[in-house]
Amino acid sequence: MTPTLQLFLIVSAALFSIGLLAALSRRHAIFILIGIELMLAAANLNFVAFWRFGPQPQPPTGVLVAIFSIAIAAAEAAVGLALVIAIYRHYRTTNVDKLDSLKG
Amino acid sequence: MNSVAFLVIAIITLSGALAAAALPKLIHAALSLVIVFVGVAAYFFLLGAEFVGLVQVFVYIGAVAVLIVFTILLTRRELTGDRGINWGGAIVALAVFGGLLWTILKTKSLAIRAPQIEPLTVKRIGEVLMTNYVWPLQCVGLVLTAALIGALILVMEEKREER
Amino acid sequence: MSSWSVTNLWLIPAVPLVASFFILILANSRRRTAAALAILGQIAALALSITAFLPTLAAPGFRSVHNFTWFTFGDQALRLGWVLDPLAAAMMIMITLVGLCIFVFSVGYMAGDKNLTRFFAYLSFFSGAMLGVVIANSLLLLFFSWELVGLASYLLIGFWIDRPSAAAAAKKAFITTRIGDLGFFLGMLWLYHSSGTLLFYDQGRGCLENAGLLAIGASATFIALLIFCGAIGKSGQFPLHVWLPDAMEGPTPVSALIHAATMVAAGVFLVARVYPLFSLGAVNGVTPSLTVVVWVGVVTALMASLIALAQVDIKRILAYSTVSQLGLMMVSLGVGGVAAGIMHLIAHGFFKALLFLGAGSVIHGLHHEQDIRKMGGLRWTMPVTFLTYAIGMMNLSGVPFFFSGGWTKEEVLHATAHWPVSALPHYLMLAGVILTALYMTRQIIYVFFGSARSTDFESVRPREFHSGEAATTTENISVGRTGQRPVFRAHESPRVMTMPLVILALCSILFALVLTPAWPWLRAYLNGESTHVVFGSLIQPVILLSFVLVAAGIGFGWLTYRNAGETDPLARTQPGLFRFLENKMWFDEIYERTIIAFSRILSRLTDWLDRYFWDGLVRLFAGLGQAFGVLSKGFDDHGINAGVDETTSGTRGFGRLISAAHSGQIQTYLGAIAIGMLLLLVLYAWLG
Repeated sequence: MTPTLQLFLIVSAALFSIGLLAALSRRHAIFILIGIELMLAAANLNFVAFWRFGPQPQPPTGVLVAIFSIAIAAAEAAVGLALVIAIYRHYRTTNVDKLDSLKG
Repeated sequence: MNSVAFLVIAIITLSGALAAAALPKLIHAALSLVIVFVGVAAYFFLLGAEFVGLVQVFVYIGAVAVLIVFTILLTRRELTGDRGINWGGAIVALAVFGGLLWTILKTKSLAIRAPQIEPLTVKRIGEVLMTNYVWPLQCVGLVLTAALIGALILVMEEKREER
Repeated sequence: MSSWSVTNLWLIPAVPLVASFFILILANSRRRTAAALAILGQIAALALSITAFLPTLAAPGFRSVHNFTWFTFGDQALRLGWVLDPLAAAMMIMITLVGLCIFVFSVGYMAGDKNLTRFFAYLSFFSGAMLGVVIANSLLLLFFSWELVGLASYLLIGFWIDRPSAAAAAKKAFITTRIGDLGFFLGMLWLYHSSGTLLFYDQGRGCLENAGLLAIGASATFIALLIFCGAIGKSGQFPLHVWLPDAMEGPTPVSALIHAATMVAAGVFLVARVYPLFSLGAVNGVTPSLTVVVWVGVVTALMASLIALAQVDIKRILAYSTVSQLGLMMVSLGVGGVAAGIMHLIAHGFFKALLFLGAGSVIHGLHHEQDIRKMGGLRWTMPVTFLTYAIGMMNLSGVPFFFSGGWTKEEVLHATAHWPVSALPHYLMLAGVILTALYMTRQIIYVFFGSARSTDFESVRPREFHSGEAATTTENISVGRTGQRPVFRAHESPRVMTMPLVILALCSILFALVLTPAWPWLRAYLNGESTHVVFGSLIQPVILLSFVLVAAGIGFGWLTYRNAGETDPLARTQPGLFRFLENKMWFDEIYERTIIAFSRILSRLTDWLDRYFWDGLVRLFAGLGQAFGVLSKGFDDHGINAGVDETTSGTRGFGRLISAAHSGQIQTYLGAIAIGMLLLLVLYAWLG
């Protein structure tokens, strides 16, 4: 008995939703970033799972996309965290509830 | 591929994720995130993409998690706890999970088992990266450089404006 | 040779774009290099355009395309390509030639600006984007370039970023044209849906060729009208013309580029390019979509010429004249005179660039004075500018025989005369001719004749004039006659600015050679016919008519404005009418009161819904009963007797709740995105 593709997708859906939960409901900016990282990890899991269960294209596209996606995620994390620090310096807070200059 | 391993990893990963999302202390959440990354890397190994799993470990645990911890250290003067969850967000997340689950279960063509495949060697990935995917590779390199410079500029001390 | 120039047609827009990129990464102090790069890029584009133009002369109706696959998704391939035909070739020559003159002019005009490199980078980018529009053989590629043109115009109109009015004008231009582009985009989607391709010409399978048109069938009217929305926005047609006059906030060479060669021409060009869509199923040359085009053009042309009559800003008058000329071109396209419309577009490109650059020269000479009521007598101090400006003015007024503008206007009037639906456009356009002559006479009298009306500058012939001093300003400030304000001595512009004027003036005259009925080469070229010289047809009765009309306009203008002082004669006799026109028929105000107010109400409504919606989610968890109670109370408080009970603690708690859940919070927005995703998911699961 080996797991089916569905099971992998369910796990990654759960991971995604937990990431969304973190991004939506926590007030600290770093939590939002953590949530985004979780969602990205879920997406990567999907890519690789689809590659493994799919009809094996040459070159292995799913794996390569996952690799690129990890690289981009690293860039995203670096910039995101730098933004958190910059915001913290400027507003003396990282509580996103207090950051509402987008409000028209 | 083995079901027991799948289940164990699922439990570890998802509980780690829940902890990362819900623990009140940021540093605990960041450490739980490391568990999640390890779990996802384990999945990559299970799926036969060992290289991606290694990259995941190096990049996420080696770099991103450390970055997060550093950021926490740099901004930790703010000690007001992050208590209470925005339940609206929780409901939305739950609804999204429900929707995804429904869609996945509804799509019957997904209930398939993995075919036998040849192992994917690092050599092969290297070849592909240097031939078919050389342009994306260069672009990613550019993006990373730009992100690095951008991040540095962002965190540089603001100059005192002369008045 | 011909195949080389077709497969490498992409070089023509690419060269200015690449030049723009290199200028952008130059240091701010490398001003000469920047200007040289931009001008060299333009020259190269012009040379390439000419090499591309030559093979189109070989046979009447030459058309050559080069298509390639951009990417494939599933089993569908998305293909792009470029096309070389008379329309594209003629436009390319016009754009690069006019662009070159404007670039050279800018060297003088922007000499004092500290961001010269940025300016040339944007200019080059603008020109490249427009060339991309022209060569595109795919509506998608055209749309890309179209949006790049929009971006470039945004950057250039708002070039003086430290002026709030410039920033506002740039935003206005961008958003107003975007409204039209939404229609364009929808039309494009519809076109793809019904024809399965976005290529114009593809060996019989393109969407403008027989097979494609057959597949489109009856929906062509809607597609054409949606695409026309894009043209309305870009070409400043009624009711989206409001951005064009405000675009005068940009530096004058930019106005010249926008109004002559690039931006506004794109709309007319678009209609001409997809003309088969408009004329599909035409009975006697009339389709519903073309009728719409005609009436939009008529309204635009008349309205703009009336407004131009009461403007006092030298550039705004020209801006409204552009709007009205574009209306004229649209009328021409609508009644079936595609070649006439494009001919007028090209001729207009030359003389409108000339007029704008002339205006720029005047403004430069007067140290950024733009109010024509303060000018006067400049014909002595700025002789070259005056002569070239007069040539441009006569082109615009449509003085027959010597000026290309006269001939092309003749063609347009000729086309409208035979429109089977109604004769009204023809007569209204004839009235438009008089109006055009009138307001141009008014302007030229105010600017160049009489004597200086303002004490800010003298218009005497400067004895010590030489070209080098133009760029410096401090030297020729002396104490004024009034003793309070400095007096500037008006001066002629340096040669780097007058040379482009002379070249453009020559172009606009010599261009007439290929337009006359004796040798209607350009019309035949655009229509894909062959031609020969017939001198006998040079004199036609209809020329007499337009001659009379133009003479009437100019004569009436001369009589009216000959002795005009600082108050306008029209303002004296018809103050109400004048104020109506001066305020641009209150279009901005009407939009402010109606559309913008409506959207504000709408946004308030959605804001309100949002609050209650989010609050609903929160309350749902806290307890339905309580939620409903507070909700109805809140409804009571906010909806019925707002402000009465706002001090009660209940309301305050309510307010705190909604403010916690609302607006400005990225998480709210993220939540909205998630809900959107959820809806898509449900939709997908439902359908699939």
